[in-house]
Amino acid sequence: MSKQRKEWLSTLAKAKAMDVARLFAGIRHVPEYETLRVPEIGGVMVRGRMGGIGDAFNLGEVTVTRCSVQLETGEVGHGCVQGRNRGHAEQVAVLDAMLQGDRKGDLTKTVIVPLMEIALAEKETRAKKAAATKVDFFTLARGED
Amino acid sequence: MYVAVKGGEKAIENAHLWLAEERRGDPAVPELGIGQISEQLALAVNRVMAEGSLFDPELAALAIKQSRGDLIEAVFLIRAYRTTLPRFGASLPIETGQMSCVRRISATFKDAPGGQVLGPTFDYTHRLLDFKLAADGFVGEAEQSETPLSDDIPHIAGYLNSEGLIQDEPETDVEPGDLTREPLELPASRDIRLQSLARGDEGFVLGMAYSTQRGYARNHAFVGELRIGRVAVEMDIPELGFSIEIGEIEVTECETVNQFRGSKVEPPQFTRGYGLVMGQSERKSIAMALVDRALRWRELGEDYLGAPVQDEEFVLHHADSIQATGFLEHIKLPHYVDFQSELELVRKLRREAGRNHRPREAAV
Repeated sequence: MSKQRKEWLSTLAKAKAMDVARLFAGIRHVPEYETLRVPEIGGVMVRGRMGGIGDAFNLGEVTVTRCSVQLETGEVGHGCVQGRNRGHAEQVAVLDAMLQGDRKGDLTKTVIVPLMEIALAEKETRAKKAAATKVDFFTLARGED
Repeated sequence: MYVAVKGGEKAIENAHLWLAEERRGDPAVPELGIGQISEQLALAVNRVMAEGSLFDPELAALAIKQSRGDLIEAVFLIRAYRTTLPRFGASLPIETGQMSCVRRISATFKDAPGGQVLGPTFDYTHRLLDFKLAADGFVGEAEQSETPLSDDIPHIAGYLNSEGLIQDEPETDVEPGDLTREPLELPASRDIRLQSLARGDEGFVLGMAYSTQRGYARNHAFVGELRIGRVAVEMDIPELGFSIEIGEIEVTECETVNQFRGSKVEPPQFTRGYGLVMGQSERKSIAMALVDRALRWRELGEDYLGAPVQDEEFVLHHADSIQATGFLEHIKLPHYVDFQSELELVRKLRREAGRNHRPREAAV
């Protein structure tokens, strides 16, 4: 459960707010919910590692918005997303709560999988452009012998 | 000393109105949108995010617009905004080994495993002004390879490390210090130095790095690896009891491999300098790595040569453009009372001196 939940929350957080909003608008019968924590904007300190592998150090912050809701059926959902889009955080919280109920299969198909596909396609395009700039450098003999 | 003054409200208000008009410029020219700045002046946006120490391209673009393109003023706006944000916590350290690279080069190994990937670089351009860009706005289209670049490209230093030829980077669970929470204390540990350099002024860090290349505590740096790309930001969420990826940021990482003949405490081996900057900023990351390496003289048992770049008090206390500009620019504010007493003093000294010396005219 927590492994799957981690995956859908990560997918929803990394997706563009615009894409989440579009797919959210397509969901029929979004249940009534109570807002436990209104969308709140804050900062998270991003850490790096010395030499990329060693001890941690503080690199700088990112803006983050978080929100928590409870559905009328009892499920509690949390949204925690990069950026300052309150709607994004709230929709993620509602989706997180709904995905814990019996509409999981349906929502996975209509929201999570399409978002994963968008992310994958975007990533692949960049990776193909990067691959097109891969070079082979030849070191030239200087003839000093 | 600055002394508070009153009055001038109307003049100040009018000055700010005029500023707003000047910011807009000629109304016949279309106004610049935030999206245009974040998309088309991305490297300026990246610099403001790195030095403002807050990753948010939209806010950085707004700051650039508001500051009329004065990037230090824009950094100032971002830093001020940053202080209003509640801190939700810290991320797990980003894993740059799993970066989706758009650029990755090594100056030390021609056949670096994973390959040399140029990415969208200014390198190898002729630095000639492109008048076509001014005339009709050239739109390039990137080529795409059949197979995408792998996002599992190992760090170059790992190869040297497997042979034991390079200094190790130990990983412990030490909680890093945070300059935004506690004031800088000296001597500073490496985590604090890296945080300070990562948010330091690019020009200052560049100048310091250049000084090492020109011979002030030279440390013979090779760019072992430079990579730019996106990494996931993962964070523990207490309500969930596990971590999730909350987003992705672009970073630039540089690792230098430095010659080292050994010292009383360390065997001959290669040593490391490390640069990591938010956004795409390779000049800054290379410079950061050189300065990081120079500041490590003490732990490596090297001699202190009196070079400015080895002096952490000098480097860390002067790297921050906002501290520097705050102190520098305050001297233009009213210092009337202070100066009045200086004026009195000079008049008094001249009166006293006049009693002991003949007047200047009489000396001819």
